[in-house]
Amino acid sequence: MTEQPAIRVKGLRKRFNRLEVLKGIDLEARPGDVVAVIGGSGSGKSTMLRCINLLEIPSAGTISIQGEAYAMRETRQGLQPADRRQVQRIRAQLGMVFQSFNLWPHRTVLGNVTEVPVHVLGVPRDEAEARAREVLDRVGLGAKLDAWPAQLSGGQQQRAAIARVLAVDPLAMLFDEPTSALDPELVGEVLSVIRDLAQEKRTMILVTHEMAFARDVATHVVFLREGRIEEQGPPDQIFGAPKSPHLQQFISSVA
Amino acid sequence: MPDIDIVTPLRPASLSRMGRSLTAFFLPHRIIMVLVALFALAMMIRTMDWSWLPAYMPRLWEGLGITMLMLVVSVVLGFILALPLAIAQVVGPLPLRWLALSFCTVIRGTPLLLQMWLFYFGLGSLLGQFPEIRETWAWPYLRQAWPYGLFSLTISFAAYQGEIMRGAFTGVPKGELEAARAFGMSRAKTFRRVWFPRAVHRALPTLGGEIILQLKATPLVATITVTDLYAVITKVRQDTFLTYEPLLFLVAVYLCLSGVLTVLLRWMESRVPDAR
Repeated sequence: MTEQPAIRVKGLRKRFNRLEVLKGIDLEARPGDVVAVIGGSGSGKSTMLRCINLLEIPSAGTISIQGEAYAMRETRQGLQPADRRQVQRIRAQLGMVFQSFNLWPHRTVLGNVTEVPVHVLGVPRDEAEARAREVLDRVGLGAKLDAWPAQLSGGQQQRAAIARVLAVDPLAMLFDEPTSALDPELVGEVLSVIRDLAQEKRTMILVTHEMAFARDVATHVVFLREGRIEEQGPPDQIFGAPKSPHLQQFISSVA
Repeated sequence: MPDIDIVTPLRPASLSRMGRSLTAFFLPHRIIMVLVALFALAMMIRTMDWSWLPAYMPRLWEGLGITMLMLVVSVVLGFILALPLAIAQVVGPLPLRWLALSFCTVIRGTPLLLQMWLFYFGLGSLLGQFPEIRETWAWPYLRQAWPYGLFSLTISFAAYQGEIMRGAFTGVPKGELEAARAFGMSRAKTFRRVWFPRAVHRALPTLGGEIILQLKATPLVATITVTDLYAVITKVRQDTFLTYEPLLFLVAVYLCLSGVLTVLLRWMESRVPDAR
C-alpha cells in the first residue's frame, strides 16, 4: 500500500484583488508529519493554512485531503467550490485551532467540545460527552467542564479549543499561530499540549512564531517569504544550516 | 495568573453574608429615602379618595389583561418579524436589503400615534367599503379596533427590534462563525447553532429596554377605542371627577410591570456570562 499524503497542496495561488499573496505553493504532509510553517508577517503563512480548509478560496492550484481534491468550478469571480457538501465533509476531518481561540461563548466548555460531534457528525450525545471528558482531561481541563469560555484564562481557552479539535479525531490538525494571542506566561501550557500531540504522531500543520518549539517538534520546516517557499527541510538543517540569506536573516532576527 | 474562581458564586450565600449585604444596602441616606416613600404612601392612602377602587376592580383587571395581551403579543410577533428584517439587511440581496431598510426607517421615523390613526381611521374605513371584504370571515375582526392597535404596535416593535438585531448580527465576532464553518457546519446550522443565539444574547440588554418602551406605548391604543388599562382609568376619571387618584394608581401599576420585566430580563441575561 502506497502511503497517501494526508494533505497535498499543488500550485496554490491566492490573490486579493491586485495583491498576490501566494505565488505557487507546493506542500505535502504525510500521516504523522508535523510541518512547521515559519516566515515574517505578510509572508502568506496564515492564508496558506486557511486555504487548506477553504476558509480562503484559492485563486489557482489544487488541494487534496487524503487523496481527495476539492471540486472547484470557474465562475466570473474566479474559482468557487463546486460541491458545498464535499467541502463540509472534508472540513469536519480537519481540525483548526485559531490564534484567537474562537470558542463559542454561549456554550460551556463541555458544550463547545461536544458541539461538532453531536451536531455535525451525528454522534449520540452520551458517547460524545464521554469522549469530550476524555479529551478535556488530556488537555488538563477535566475540572472545567461546566465553566463558560469567558471564565477561562487565554491558555485554558486555547487548550479547550484544542480539545474541541481532538473530539472530532481529525485526519490532520491545522494550527494558526496558536500562541500568538497569549500572555507570555501562558504560552508554555499550550505548547506542551501540542508537543504531546506531535509525539503521538498526529498529522499537523503548524503556523508559528515559536522558533525553538518548531525546531523541537517539527519533522519538516517550511520557510515562506513573499508568497513562495524560500527554503524547506528537516528542522536541524533549516535552523542549523540555513542556505537562503533571507532565512539566515529571519532566524537571526527572531532568535 | 490565578484561575478565576467559578465555584463560589454558585453556592447559596450564607446567612451572615446576606446579613452583611443587608447592612451594606441600608445606608443612612437609603433609610431616609425609604421612610419618605413610606410616609408619602401612607399620606396617599389616608388623605386621598380610594372609595372608587372596589367597584372598578373587575374592569381594571380586564384592562390590565388587554394591556398585557397587547404587550406580549406585539412583542412576540414583532420579534419574529424583526428577524427577517435584520437578516435581509445583513446578508440579503440588494433589493431586499433596501426594502427592509426603508421599512425600518419609515416606521421608526414617524410617530406611532400617527401610524395607529392612519391604520384605524384610514385603512379600517377603507376596508369597510369593499363588500368582498365585509363578507369574509375576517370582517368581524377587522371591524373592531384592537386588530389595528395590535398591528401598529407589532410593526413598530418589529422596526425598532429589526434595527437592533441587525446590529447584533453584525456584532457577533467573525471568528466564532469562522470556527463553525471550519468544523464543517452548513450555513443553516451555523446560523441556528451560533449566529442566531449569539446575536440574541448580545441584543438581550437592549431588548429589555425595548419591551419596557413598548409597555409604555400601549396606552396609545386607548385613542382608537381599545379599552386597555389606561382607557379604564380615563373612564374612572370621567365618572368620579377625580384626577390624581386614578393617575397615581396607573403610575403604580406601570411601575410594577416594568420592575417585573426588568428583573426577568436581568435574570435571562445573567444565565450566560458574556465573552470578554
